[in-house]
Amino acid sequence: MRPLSRTRLWAMARKEALHIGRDKRSLAMAFAVPAAMVLLFGYVITFDINDIPTAVLDQSRTSQSRDLADAFRSAGYFRITRQLASDDEIAPLLTRGTVRMVLVIPPDFAKHLAAAEPAPVQCLVDGGDANTASIAINYAQAIVASYSAKAVLKGRTLPVPARTEARVWYNEDLKSSNMIVPGLMATIMMILSALLTSLTIAREWERGTMEQLAATPVHRLEVIFGKLLPYLGIGFVDIILVAVVGGVVFAVPFRGSALFLMVTAMLFLIGAQGLGMFISAAAKRQFLATQLAMIATMLPSLLLSGLIFDLASMPTVLQVISLVVPARYFVVALRGIFLKGVGPHVLWAQAVGMLVFAAAGLGLAVRAFRKEIA
Amino acid sequence: MRLGGLDWGRLLELMRKELRQTLRDPQALRVVLVAPIIQLIVFGYAVNTDIQDANVVLFDRDHTTVSRELGQTLTASGHFRIVETADRAQDLVEALDHGRAIFGIEVPRGFEGDLAGATPATVQVLVDGTMSNTAIVAQAYASQIILRFGQEHSALVPATAGTGARGHGGTGLPGVDLRVRAWYNPNLESRIYNVPAVMGSVMMLMSLLLTTLAVVRERELGTLEQLMVSPLRPVEMILGKTVPVVGIALLDLTIIASVAILWFRIPMRGSFVLLFAASLVYIVCGLGIGLLISTVSATTQEAFMTMFMCFLPMMIFSGFFFPIANMPAVFQFVSFLDPLRYYLATVRGIFLKGAGVTVLWPQIASLAVMGGAILWIASTRFRKTSV
Repeated sequence: MRPLSRTRLWAMARKEALHIGRDKRSLAMAFAVPAAMVLLFGYVITFDINDIPTAVLDQSRTSQSRDLADAFRSAGYFRITRQLASDDEIAPLLTRGTVRMVLVIPPDFAKHLAAAEPAPVQCLVDGGDANTASIAINYAQAIVASYSAKAVLKGRTLPVPARTEARVWYNEDLKSSNMIVPGLMATIMMILSALLTSLTIAREWERGTMEQLAATPVHRLEVIFGKLLPYLGIGFVDIILVAVVGGVVFAVPFRGSALFLMVTAMLFLIGAQGLGMFISAAAKRQFLATQLAMIATMLPSLLLSGLIFDLASMPTVLQVISLVVPARYFVVALRGIFLKGVGPHVLWAQAVGMLVFAAAGLGLAVRAFRKEIA
Repeated sequence: MRLGGLDWGRLLELMRKELRQTLRDPQALRVVLVAPIIQLIVFGYAVNTDIQDANVVLFDRDHTTVSRELGQTLTASGHFRIVETADRAQDLVEALDHGRAIFGIEVPRGFEGDLAGATPATVQVLVDGTMSNTAIVAQAYASQIILRFGQEHSALVPATAGTGARGHGGTGLPGVDLRVRAWYNPNLESRIYNVPAVMGSVMMLMSLLLTTLAVVRERELGTLEQLMVSPLRPVEMILGKTVPVVGIALLDLTIIASVAILWFRIPMRGSFVLLFAASLVYIVCGLGIGLLISTVSATTQEAFMTMFMCFLPMMIFSGFFFPIANMPAVFQFVSFLDPLRYYLATVRGIFLKGAGVTVLWPQIASLAVMGGAILWIASTRFRKTSV
């Protein structure tokens, strides 16, 4: 094999950079998209559940039952928006989603309490959104337990035989932006890199410039590497941009090593852009290439990367599939570097995963790329 | 043949051309018909936010039957799985650092004695907060289980038969006994709520993919000029390009709805007619957006970047991952511009709650207004680009 020529490589990179530079809007978007997405995700996503709209059906109509309703009102998690008069009203409210929870206090509530018996209270939850529902149930139980202590024991201490003291590590306030911003870097860069590069070879085929390229002495490795360079540059600027926005706007901590971040980012970008080029070289048509790039990266790196949905709770088959979703390694590595401040001794498996991905991306791209006009 | 100001002969001809162009490419056909099924199946399993068999490290400093029983109770709940036992506090930290467990439980020395005596026993839970959504829910489950375990094993509280086995609520103790019942989804499975949402996202992605390139491709291939010199009017052009795609999208809907019902066993409590009617409006909306994007983009690349810029925010604002009610007020207003928001409310309503037109008409009407407006803008834009 001929040795790679630096001149030809450089010329190829310059040609690609000129192409990118000419398309001003795509270039602007390559930088605007990541910044905008981080701002959006960072601000919009919140897992705190407050002000759950709640209706109360108070059949007891006693001071005790009113106290219980007040306990719900003042806790801050529930907003009592309706007082119901009969149980016929419950179903339509829940179906329409007007309220998410209905508290039914039966007629003999006060009597049971006074007799120190269990006083049942019914709590109907809209179980549709299972997550919100389980958090709401948890709040409701806590409120009822503390009300119960006051109402039944009247000043005596409630026997709380075992309690839990929770300490949260790495993300002490459980801020969702701390979870989302580092992980999002992987998702955005995966989609963006593949989209940008998926066109580069297909375009040459469609425009007929592949013949011109074929007539030159340029080697296919030089074409692939040359085309890759400008996109790598864009990718790095994007990663730094996202890190700065995350740190400045959302105060996401950065506890790890910047050097290690750059190394892993480099591996990841090479892999993602190699994949885009592979798609581009294999599809040979821009239309198909972009479609494939979109399908291969968009939803998988959003849903199978562990960005939002925990991989550990997925079925085994899916966990196996996720092994070929490169964003999953980078998401773990990014969270480790930003939040946990851990380095290669913990994240070596992720680094190896991304190295394999980078090699595979490049290898596939080189293999699929044929200069010869068939 | 002319009717309502349109030349139907010309229109049919254009529709035939579009349909042929889409269907003649076997690879494109695979993208259009097979991809939605695969996406629905894979992502239907992925969008699971239940805490099931979450990895836990146990650091038992008490080493008594009671402390071992606490470990078994945690496992028996089905939410947690004890993957390691630690001998030193340092082991807990290491397991969290390596991400081998989402939290560590430290049972204090003298736990059994505290339960028997008057001092409350304190169980320490160290939570990995990097996945804050999982952490919140897992922490809630753990404290509930530990609280109930304490009540059952305490010397102070008289044991009542059958407690703990009843799931949510029902302690059998004096005081208020909260009996929780979850409607529409009694076992609180997240999948039932999320699979219809995946349906909505897949449909939107397909609609966008199918149309975004409709105009750009003609422009890049230079066939747009040919269309321009033809006597086709912009409205006819838009209709001719959308109607065949609507057909394909409805076919997609039929396929993925069947997968959702037959494979995932998502309960379908509402009416199929309503589902299709609402989906038709939604698809038109999606196609309108795709067309609009393609009329404002000069190249394929621009079109796809713009589409990406539109699709991701649509997902975020739709209430797919996060309830809209929890977003900051400004963003709740923004979400009113998101067609996915209305469609998700509609499909979730139809599937889970069996909601009918009387409940869902505001959602469907919003979709219709939006779809109409977008198509109108797209067709005026189209006229401008053609000059």
